[in-house]
Amino acid sequence: MTETGLQAEALPVDPPVVPAERDLFSKFDPLLAERAALLASGVRDPFAIVMEEVRSPTEAVIRGRETILLGTYNYMGMTFDPDVIAAGERALRAFGSGTNGSRMLNGTFRDHMAAEESLRAFYGMSGAMVFSTGYQANLGVISTIAGKGEYVILDADSHASIYDGCKMGDAEVVRFRHNSVDDLDRRLGRLPKEPGKLVVLEGVYSMLGDVAPLNEMVAVARKHGAMVLVDEAHSMGFYGPNGRGVYEEQGLEGQVDFVIGTFSKSVGTVGGFCVSDHPKFEALRMACRPYIFTASLPPSVVATATTSINKLRDAHDKRRRLWDNARRLHAGLRDMGLRLGTESAESAIVAVILEDQVQAVAMWQALLEAGVYVNMARPPATPAGTFLLRCSLCAEHTAGQIDTVIGLFGEAARLAGALPG
Amino acid sequence: MSDRAEIVEAVTAEIEPFNKKNVTVTEATSFQHDLEWDSLTVMDFVAAVEDRFDIIITMNMQAEIETVGQLTDAVAKLKAGQ
Repeated sequence: MTETGLQAEALPVDPPVVPAERDLFSKFDPLLAERAALLASGVRDPFAIVMEEVRSPTEAVIRGRETILLGTYNYMGMTFDPDVIAAGERALRAFGSGTNGSRMLNGTFRDHMAAEESLRAFYGMSGAMVFSTGYQANLGVISTIAGKGEYVILDADSHASIYDGCKMGDAEVVRFRHNSVDDLDRRLGRLPKEPGKLVVLEGVYSMLGDVAPLNEMVAVARKHGAMVLVDEAHSMGFYGPNGRGVYEEQGLEGQVDFVIGTFSKSVGTVGGFCVSDHPKFEALRMACRPYIFTASLPPSVVATATTSINKLRDAHDKRRRLWDNARRLHAGLRDMGLRLGTESAESAIVAVILEDQVQAVAMWQALLEAGVYVNMARPPATPAGTFLLRCSLCAEHTAGQIDTVIGLFGEAARLAGALPG
Repeated sequence: MSDRAEIVEAVTAEIEPFNKKNVTVTEATSFQHDLEWDSLTVMDFVAAVEDRFDIIITMNMQAEIETVGQLTDAVAKLKAGQ
């Protein structure tokens, strides 16, 4: 007989209740109470949506109802591209369903190398590293390149993956006020000169959909001798002549040390990456724990990514349609009197700002019942304690779908009291 | 007035715009438990204190600071290091 440890059938039917003071889950009581109160008001749970069928990049079935998707990050609508799907199918058959290992050991297949090659070509940079998610790309790069005694300087509205990368690393962490060039300059000026510094910025901030003044911020960072990392997760494919992101659009080629990106938005699958021209960039493969101590992406995923990235380089028509859609929706919602995150359409995200959770959930539910899915966002993810209904556009949305959405937004806003009835 | 008393006074003045519950502020006042500030309020307040004293209070240091007295000590130390 072998010892196999505690067996499920050996557990008591009624395990003793853990006293509240020793239950590690007691700390979640306020969270559970808030959720229970929200659901008790009769609304549907905004964080428990199930897509029963996905018909296209812009349409799904939710609870049996055909729904326009206006809250995904499928900006370029690549998820159902026939070439992308064919590439994934070929890789799935040729290389199997998974890699069963780390990039560092047995988990680097032909298609991982091809994905990195396509990234080097897309960004015109010498180095590219593919991670298993975008979250891990930020986590790994930030925590690894800024060490003890060095500094990470980040925007206060940075994504959770940037904050978590700071928390995981040993560097000193300094925040500056969102998108404030002066605040960044002042804080860099107060730091000691000698230690290495990494300034972390984002091209598009995903909550309000606002764009960073990267040209001024990068100039300030370089003046103080800091390296610059820009997360272009929400801009790949539709800013700049080559679709590289906000940094390219603002003329910063060669001035940004590291660009972080993701496969889960414009590229249309899952994964993350970092590209750079740093001559010692490859050292990261030997030092970066979120790169090493996890399984690499399945071959079908990297194969779809490669095909998608190669097509995004010349996707001028999709780019134009995405921007047309963003401007059309922004103008429609602004003109009906809703308060939006930006004055004009700065990105493919249009955020409607609401007063409180009750209003936000009521409007979100009214939209869903009418057949439109948008993201609901609330503190602490949102800036300044706001409640948001976030719309993200797709190049494949039709003008007709956008007009339908605008009409339904008006009805939902009047129902929820966000606009006068 | 001692340097420390001056710092306490300045910190207390910076707390006021964020003191929505009109808590009486002493050195023992806790930012989280007495003032009940969320992370966004803390961020705005820290930025204001940093600008007032022309210092940087890193997030690593902030994690160790719970009370007005502890913040005062940190500010005094940072000013002395300049």
